[in-house]
Amino acid sequence: MLKQTPLNVIHRAAGARMVDFGGWDMPVNYGSQIDEHHAVRNDAGMFDVSHMRGVDLRGDARNGGVRDFLRYALANNVDKLKDPGKALYSCLLKPDGTVIDDLIVYFLREDFFRLVVNAGTADKDIAWFRQLLAERAPHLTLTPRTDLAMIAIQGPNARTKVWRALPGSEPVASALKPFTAAAMQTAWGEVFIARTGYTGEDGLEIMIPAPRVVDLWQALVAAGVRPAGLGARDTLRLEAGMNLYGQDMDETVSPLESGLGWTVDLASPRDFVGKAALLAHPPSRQLAGLVLVDKGGVLRAHQAVHTGKGDGTITSGTFSPTLNQSIALARLPADVAVGDTVRVVVRDRELAARVVKPPFARNGKACVSLTP
Amino acid sequence: MNIPANLKYTSSHEWVRTEADGTLSIGITDHAQTALGDLVYVELPAIGRKLAAAEACAVVESVKAASDIYAPVAGEVVAVNADMTDAPEQVNKDPYAAWFFRIKPADPAGAAKLLDARAYEATIGDA
Repeated sequence: MLKQTPLNVIHRAAGARMVDFGGWDMPVNYGSQIDEHHAVRNDAGMFDVSHMRGVDLRGDARNGGVRDFLRYALANNVDKLKDPGKALYSCLLKPDGTVIDDLIVYFLREDFFRLVVNAGTADKDIAWFRQLLAERAPHLTLTPRTDLAMIAIQGPNARTKVWRALPGSEPVASALKPFTAAAMQTAWGEVFIARTGYTGEDGLEIMIPAPRVVDLWQALVAAGVRPAGLGARDTLRLEAGMNLYGQDMDETVSPLESGLGWTVDLASPRDFVGKAALLAHPPSRQLAGLVLVDKGGVLRAHQAVHTGKGDGTITSGTFSPTLNQSIALARLPADVAVGDTVRVVVRDRELAARVVKPPFARNGKACVSLTP
Repeated sequence: MNIPANLKYTSSHEWVRTEADGTLSIGITDHAQTALGDLVYVELPAIGRKLAAAEACAVVESVKAASDIYAPVAGEVVAVNADMTDAPEQVNKDPYAAWFFRIKPADPAGAAKLLDARAYEATIGDA
């Protein structure tokens, strides 16, 4: 029995092709995932991301304690969050340094931080947080916000179309700097608007009371935003060089071997879960970008990669509509260099691919050269 | 789901059209292209290749999956659609106009034994 978001009926009425995504019945496309991808890069598209989970962490006014707890629980350092509304991308690690999930944390008040976690890992993350809280900060409350639905609107025209669709939102929403959020009252209740996304384009992610999300979706359609499914979501995020939990990293690897070293603050003296293990095990592998050079197929997860410095594996691969070529992320030996040519086993043959530094495309355009 | 009555079909979702000269044009059905999604790569057989019935002889890759195309009957490849490699998306836009290759069948009456539109529709259950 698959879980459904409040937009399920809308997706089906729009002719979406539905798939089981981590136990959720979700739209993979509404006809052409490539057209939906181009709509996001060139105009505005939107994704039902209500399967993801907001989790509110609160303390009491006298003794915040939330920041202290998150300093310990998260691999990135919440002390970077000084202005209310500011957001931070972080991994959540096990004591052995492997990755439980990646998430975004928003600082709202000293006694209130909001986390947004992945759909397939939400239950696991919440159980982990509850365990840590019981040990370290039992006075804090953790509330999974199953009462909220969420839509991500992305593309160069996304923000202006949101202002048109959500009356009264322009003053607050237009003032948001990248990676910042704010709550505001609307005719549809309190909405939480964040200038964040998973596509490499500008845009907003809006959390709204679940009973009103259909109204918001329909207003966005009327404002000219194109519904886009999980197929386009994957090609967009991979072009943008963004990791997908469960493919590019999981509980068998460290963030340092997953291209996420930049999200781990090892410099400050603070202790955090997994720190000792990361310091004790310098990475021998890296997550590298690949662009297919030979014609002959599509780079895909689990394909073997042969390099001059040892073998590796593709973790995520796809066809990039913006580059019109296949691209991938691959876990390779640490000393493989950008510019190296490697060979990927695609179906029954070996195809040449070039190592590049992601992102592959952002802000509507390719960022890597296809010519060797 | 679009299943033209004037074509023949296989249970592996190829359509077959008998041309005036007796050769067979082969493509993939609307059901197949919908299931695959946007096509991004096509590999065609070499002209002159001799195929057995049900032999895998071409490949399509969509963004999400690779799939083989099978010879509906035994025969020899006499033509391939060169347009296809540069513009695989035409298969999604018009699957019954987008032919992949043509074969000269070993048995001129072989195509008659393939599924007609109604029988093919029954195999896909039109869910």
